[in-house]
Amino acid sequence: MPKTHITMKVNGAEVEGLVESRTLLVHFIRENLAMTGTHIGCETTHCGACTVDIDGMSVKSCTMFAVQAQGSDITTIEGMANADGSLSALQEGFRMMHGLQCGFCTPGMIMRAHRLLKENPQPTEDEVRMGISGNICRCTGYQNIVKAIQYAAAKINGVEFREAAE
Amino acid sequence: MIPGPFNYYRPATVADALKLLSTLGDEARPLAGGHSLVPMMKLRLATPEHLVDLHGVADLKGIRREGNTVVIGAMTTQHELLASDEIGRSLPILDETALLIADPQVRYRGTIGGNVANGDPGNDMPALMMALGASYRLEGKSGAREVAASEFYQGAYFTALEPGELLTSVAIPVPSAGHGYAYEKLKRKVGDYATAAAAVVLTMAGGKVATCKIALTNLSETPLLAEDAAKAVIGTSLDPATLKKAAAAAEAIMSPAADARGPVEYRKHVGGIMVMRALQRAAGRAS
Repeated sequence: MPKTHITMKVNGAEVEGLVESRTLLVHFIRENLAMTGTHIGCETTHCGACTVDIDGMSVKSCTMFAVQAQGSDITTIEGMANADGSLSALQEGFRMMHGLQCGFCTPGMIMRAHRLLKENPQPTEDEVRMGISGNICRCTGYQNIVKAIQYAAAKINGVEFREAAE
Repeated sequence: MIPGPFNYYRPATVADALKLLSTLGDEARPLAGGHSLVPMMKLRLATPEHLVDLHGVADLKGIRREGNTVVIGAMTTQHELLASDEIGRSLPILDETALLIADPQVRYRGTIGGNVANGDPGNDMPALMMALGASYRLEGKSGAREVAASEFYQGAYFTALEPGELLTSVAIPVPSAGHGYAYEKLKRKVGDYATAAAAVVLTMAGGKVATCKIALTNLSETPLLAEDAAKAVIGTSLDPATLKKAAAAAEAIMSPAADARGPVEYRKHVGGIMVMRALQRAAGRAS
């Protein structure tokens, strides 16, 4: 099949590549750009491990073709640390609250939580849970993921994080 | 899971999209949000030779009020419906339903046009469109036509869309102020299609139901307008006996498939319960 030349911005840098039209965005990111932080879980739009941020939207990159991302502005987990290399509030939250066990779902969780907190900087616990309902974790039971996101929200809002009584 | 090869097109206008679809013929498919079609392509259950991506067509986006009608461009996403003040004010049942579709990521991409045009009996918006008396604008090479949602669905994945036609917008008459509404959807988990679901739009006068529309999702090969069930509640205060009568009338027209969501009897039974719950919740919201 003929290939199409595409360009887009990924984590602030202009990138380009030659792709078949059927190449999924997640494969372009992992294989052409060699950024393997974005994971492939179910490949069926259910698990959310491949979530990236595209033009201000959380998108499952296994369900979009790379050619469709022409000209877009993408952030992946590799673009989440602060400019000085320190952990962003969300990354710190997942570390401090033990928001991961095997870590497979974590890139997708953080990318989804990133957009959730941009749209709703002070979510309730229910809103956090509904906000990450497109991301599946098979280890944690979600409790600590929810806390990690609440920790990040508190940090971003400059208030002290208090864990809800259990 | 990688789809079969195809040629990709990204037209910028409806006219160009229609021209492409008619030139490329039967092996071309329009691509909206892609969250039904792309998974089907990965499984090779769909193998279009040409994909006409509608994301570049700005005219297919947006929500506008035209008198007493809300017109929604086909490429408007579920996320955009949820963010719209106009929808929240005049058609809150769309918000309630959009929140029950898939998950946040899918709602950023999934479109109203794709949802209503695909003809998947599990999609939630078609029943709503029937209950609201909506119509679809279908554009083809030889012009445009309006088809009522209640006339659009012919079978699972079979609709009134002719080859080469595009569904470009949805027109919904705004229900009267003070109307009651509810969409009750039973599903096994977040993101699932309905085991059974019912949409109700009604008005009340003096504690009694004045007007009522009931429509059902995933309880037949097409969405269903439950006209006898709606008739059964007119003039009543939705007492328990009336609710049971309405549920029985709705169950009489259901013919769900037996699948992983349950056997036929179960799905009809819970379908009746969805009707009763939606009626009660809608009445509670009406003023």
